[in-house]
Amino acid sequence: MLNAMNFSVSIQRIFKTGFVSFWRNWFVSLASLLMMTVTLSVITALFFVGALLGNTLNFIKDKVDVSVYFQPTASEQDIQSFKKSLQALPQVSAVSYTSREQALADFRTRHENDQLTLQALDELGDNPLEASLSVKAKDPSQYETIAKMLQSDTALGQSGASIIDRVNYVENKTAIDNLSKIINAAQKFGSIIIAILVLASILITFTTIRLAIYVSRDEISVMKLVGASNAYIRGPFIFIGFMYGAVAALLTLTLWLGSTTEHFFTGMNLYKYYLASFWELLLIVLGAGIVLGVVASFWAVKRYLKI
Amino acid sequence: MIYYDKVSKIYGENAVAVQDITFSVEPKEFISIVGQSGSGKTTLIKMLLAEERPSEGAVFFESSNIHQLNKQELNNLRRRIGTVFQDFRLLPQKTAYENIAFAMEAAGRTDEEIAADVPHVLDLVDLGNKMWNFPHQLSGGEKQRVAIARAIVNQPDIVIADEPTGNLDPVNTNDIIQILKKINDLGTMVILTTHNKSVIDSLKKRVITLERGRIVRDDPSGRYIL
Repeated sequence: MLNAMNFSVSIQRIFKTGFVSFWRNWFVSLASLLMMTVTLSVITALFFVGALLGNTLNFIKDKVDVSVYFQPTASEQDIQSFKKSLQALPQVSAVSYTSREQALADFRTRHENDQLTLQALDELGDNPLEASLSVKAKDPSQYETIAKMLQSDTALGQSGASIIDRVNYVENKTAIDNLSKIINAAQKFGSIIIAILVLASILITFTTIRLAIYVSRDEISVMKLVGASNAYIRGPFIFIGFMYGAVAALLTLTLWLGSTTEHFFTGMNLYKYYLASFWELLLIVLGAGIVLGVVASFWAVKRYLKI
Repeated sequence: MIYYDKVSKIYGENAVAVQDITFSVEPKEFISIVGQSGSGKTTLIKMLLAEERPSEGAVFFESSNIHQLNKQELNNLRRRIGTVFQDFRLLPQKTAYENIAFAMEAAGRTDEEIAADVPHVLDLVDLGNKMWNFPHQLSGGEKQRVAIARAIVNQPDIVIADEPTGNLDPVNTNDIIQILKKINDLGTMVILTTHNKSVIDSLKKRVITLERGRIVRDDPSGRYIL
């Protein structure tokens, strides 16, 4: 029928019918809108939880490193050259150097209230601390590889002797392994929870829209009997589904707007993150809302078109 | 124009709705299909509208087997048939005007045609003053008149009225029957199903009597013999 009719007139009528039905069935529309808003809020919350999880894991990852301690005889030039070779490794994200003098200063600062320790240090006369490199991996699972490379004793000074005294990976190994396990488990568990919640939300939305269209089943059968084409019958319902999705998406984004979310979680300013990710979030929420609304409407009307 | 050729409809294993029905209806004819509840009247109508498919036999409209039409052809056929139901089946969220306009929109009529024809057809059923009322603001007789207006607005070849007076009082029943007679006088085939003897007696048109899904009488003189 759409071919036979003026296409733009059909589209205009579909929009008008959809819009009028949306307002006249205001109670059903309101219920569907609220359910869709709940669904999209769950998706938005998951977006934030994902970011929070990532943020927390990064925070923990940042606390972990492998330290390489050098022989007191190692020259700074050798250490710097070794640092450069470490930075070139693909598994390494950052390397920071602490000189013997800096290590001593840090030690003194840490023990400034412990006169006994400081006195013992002074009595030694010489600086007993070693220069070190703190190596951070791109991924915690890569520390073992880095440690093996460090322990393979390839770092030689100008004299030809090894400049590395020790690598503290073995002491940190259990903590790093546990952290890797926690991170993997958190990511896997997080993904499963997110998938279940998203699926549940989608099912709830589908059921709500299906119920909203169930109310109109007699209307659809009458439309069929007066000779309306399936596309013409379906059009207004799909437009209403589109409106549910779009309006609910805007409502959802508005709900999260406001600095009250600023301190929802410690260690992360949610409001700042919301503003920074606004366009990405808009795309996800609006896209999810519209796709859900349209697909659910299309699917729900289909069963009543079979006469 | 319409031909039921040895049509049977059996639901499930052995629930016979109609059996071995053969009859034809000519253009501009007015026929009544009568019988008690469950005799198969509505099943015959549903098969003509392709809401139900016969278990055996075929229903022809002109030379086409209705149940072999594709979707587009079926939509076109339904636009040539106006239907009136016992329960009115008006769209509750649309006004009387919009209920009629919708049938015209479905048939691809222009906005100008709709604006001209809907008030005219509402005047014909004497509801010109209630065109902006919603169905819940109309009486039973008024709702049925809106349904008739919707059925005739596209100038169909056939008007099917399935128990149109079943929910109406005698005065409204008479009004509806007079409107249907007028529609037939103007050249439209009318197929009426009813179990109201007084309606049939007042019409004096061809009567097909069904009993337990079979035709037991086809009387051109309009008698309804119980």
